[in-house]
Amino acid sequence: MSTASAAAITPQSFKSGVKPVWCPGCGDYSVLSSITKALAALGLAPENAAIVSGIGCSSRIPAYTSCYGFHGVHGRALPAATGLKIARPDLTVIVAGGDGDGYSIGGNHFLHACRRNVDLTYVVMDNHVYGMTKGQPSPTTEPDWDSKLAPGGTGLREFHPLVIALASGANFIARAFSGDPNGTADLIAQAVRHPGFSFIEVLSPCVTYRPEQRGWKDAVRPASVAVTDDPARAARRLMTDDGFNLGVLYAGRRAPYRAAPQHEPQSPASLELDFAL
Amino acid sequence: MQQRDSVSLALAGSGGAGVMTAGNLLLEAAAQAGYYGLMVRTSGPQIRGGEAAALVRLACAPVDNLDDRFACLAAVDWQNIARFAAEIPLGPESLVVGDPAQGDPPPALAACGARYASLPLKALAKGIPGGWPNMVALGALAGLAGLPEDAVRAALEGTMKKGGAALAASVSAMRLGYAEAPKLGPFARLAPPQGGRRGDRWLLSGDEAAGYGAIRGGVRFVAAYPITPATELLEWMAPALAKVGGALVQAEDELASINMTLGASFGGVPALTATSGPGLSLMSEALGLAVAAEIPVVVVDVMRVGPSTGIATKTEQADLNIATRGLHGDAPHLVLAPNSVVDCVRTLRWAVHLAETLQAPAVVLADQFLGQSRAVVDRPADVAFAGGRKRASADDAAYQRYAITESGVSPMAIPGTPGVAYTADGLEHNERGTPSSQAPDHLAQLDKRARKLERADFGEHWADVEGEGELAVITWGSCTGPVREALARARAEGLRARLVSLRLIAPAQPERMARALDGVRRALVVEQNHGAQLLKYLRAEYTLEADLESFHRPGPLPILPGEIHRTLAQWGRP
Ligand SMILES: Cc1ncc(C[n+]2csc(CCOP(=O)(O)OP(=O)(O)O)c2C)c(N)n1
Ligand code: SF4
Repeated sequence: MSTASAAAITPQSFKSGVKPVWCPGCGDYSVLSSITKALAALGLAPENAAIVSGIGCSSRIPAYTSCYGFHGVHGRALPAATGLKIARPDLTVIVAGGDGDGYSIGGNHFLHACRRNVDLTYVVMDNHVYGMTKGQPSPTTEPDWDSKLAPGGTGLREFHPLVIALASGANFIARAFSGDPNGTADLIAQAVRHPGFSFIEVLSPCVTYRPEQRGWKDAVRPASVAVTDDPARAARRLMTDDGFNLGVLYAGRRAPYRAAPQHEPQSPASLELDFAL
Repeated sequence: MQQRDSVSLALAGSGGAGVMTAGNLLLEAAAQAGYYGLMVRTSGPQIRGGEAAALVRLACAPVDNLDDRFACLAAVDWQNIARFAAEIPLGPESLVVGDPAQGDPPPALAACGARYASLPLKALAKGIPGGWPNMVALGALAGLAGLPEDAVRAALEGTMKKGGAALAASVSAMRLGYAEAPKLGPFARLAPPQGGRRGDRWLLSGDEAAGYGAIRGGVRFVAAYPITPATELLEWMAPALAKVGGALVQAEDELASINMTLGASFGGVPALTATSGPGLSLMSEALGLAVAAEIPVVVVDVMRVGPSTGIATKTEQADLNIATRGLHGDAPHLVLAPNSVVDCVRTLRWAVHLAETLQAPAVVLADQFLGQSRAVVDRPADVAFAGGRKRASADDAAYQRYAITESGVSPMAIPGTPGVAYTADGLEHNERGTPSSQAPDHLAQLDKRARKLERADFGEHWADVEGEGELAVITWGSCTGPVREALARARAEGLRARLVSLRLIAPAQPERMARALDGVRRALVVEQNHGAQLLKYLRAEYTLEADLESFHRPGPLPILPGEIHRTLAQWGRP
């Protein structure tokens, strides 16, 4: 398999054959297929890509691919991916997860991953709900959404991940919709190619706890304005956005994170000169 | 006047008085002159400035701990000196040196009966343009201890590399103080140094030693969040890692730092994080992941007084419980403890080796005393450990990441290796790594993970075992220094007793312990915490023939040899 030519690599090469635990109709199936399509389009060998996730329905994705996978703890996918990418800059690292994982328990890491600008691609399958724990409100849930844990709604304003990403320094910001797998695959491929921290918010319906999200297919539309590299324009656009504009909304020019400049490595034993009398 | 083979000197003063600089120079000078020594820093709660004291013990042989009393306390001023009364024990045989311009020593000091001698530090320093009182004090202390003046000058030259007028002024001020020393009354100086090549010695802190040991063990990735008293370890490692082709990342918190290290280690790069108790608490969930997904990682906990923020700058050994028992689920892992400043090199190197070989997390319990003390030590033997991480080879069609093996260890595929990709998972899994909630898979993987540690051969490094007799002291970490000294005193009085200083806390080594304690009927367990954590751990993990007694007390004051010797002396009585 290792010698398979790039031409032989298809989206199928990136599927592991493990059967997903997802509910029939869950948006995450399409996102999985978009990730495999993007990896094939990028001409990567599965062993040179790693998919890193936390916990949630969406975070199950790594084991469904034939890439190296890291299914860690709830909310900490970004740090794990950051460590992996800094230690192994040769790998293509994609981080995947849900809105609860990324914006709630992992919210602090989201800010700092944007700010640190390590060359990662972060795919959030946002369904405005905690799917895995059976239907509690997440940071992106509408204030009046009724649930057992928050009867009558939380009354809290939604978190706006794209605005936060921009303000925190993400270098590429896009929105995708799981109902458009080819468009999503294309955005993921662009995000991987773009240097630095790329963030893609994928509207991915939870058909079980938010069946009304099936209606998203009628709400989404391609963004009407072209991509910008100007953070001020992007800020204005994102602040006035209704949450359904698809496409690349910001592509910045920040240089990605680099670990300390590498010289010819010195022998570890030579460090004892620091102490020798 | 008699000579002594160890002398304890304290230099105190308010913020900006430069007592730490002078203390470090004193230690350097002693090292230059062929002596060993230890310097412990102590300061009030202020972030910067505020009163501080350098506690320096110089000796003809290596020293790992402070002595029961200080032979001399020199104070640049008396501001808040009473705060250090407990940390700088003095007795009638001690000498207190103060500047008459600062007034009389506070009554708290007079109570100990120490002899007082005045030395006009400020007035003498004024005589030299650019001269400082701390340099006069440095000269006086060096003179009292009997260090050659040339050694002090060499230390100044080594530290003030720019030379020029500043160096000249410091040397002159130091000389003035040095010349005053004989006028301070009778004071036993150090016996001549024992020889040995100065080039074969190091001067370093435990934090630096730990960082160095980790790099020698193979660590090339560190992620961490600053916390006293682990910060110096990180600050030493940042440039050192860059030199050897590694990287250090300052993480946004400890949740991030531990998960970053797991990501790096998953990528095949040996990784470490360092923290203190509060940070270790935050890392506990991810340590469970390291156990389940079998990802090697080393976590250094430089313990401080807890719980919570406790006394952040002071030493205690109270994280043994959380380190051994603080993980959720059945989660076998390694817990190690260095037992001296220089032992941090070996213990860290071993910890990296064990974590890598056994694909398990290793928690290393150092403490503030070891971490922040600076010591002159013999250059440690270059102990390399054979083994390391077993890696899967490419294109192995039968590869199973979590294969059940006799040793419990199964080869780990490293990203980039074709044909053996897998998903590292905190979900329980089958041998292939596919998530499984089946009882047999859970049991098989639990057994596998436990077996790795049960079957491992930890060799002779598990503990330092010394001496013979029917009595023993069992201890760990920074208590080892004072215990060794107490045992030496007791042996000189005819007591026959052994020392067992545990370097490997978990997994427990019942057979090795039984051999070490064969014939022992009475053992004292010495540790620095309020809850007798080691004693309770030993009772849970070992079946010991000997009657166990406990000597335990909390920080912040370091354990001194006399405290333990008092108990041992009672044992000696029929
Ligand atoms: C430390 C911790 N707290 C809580 C949980 C329980 N938990 C699992 S998934 C999840 C939320 C998942 O929601 P989201 O990230 O939006 O993903 P989705 O399931 O909707 O794809 C929670 C709270 C956990 N696994 N770990
Ligand atoms: S609960 Fe919702 S998010 Fe989870 S698998 Fe089912 S549909 Fe998807």
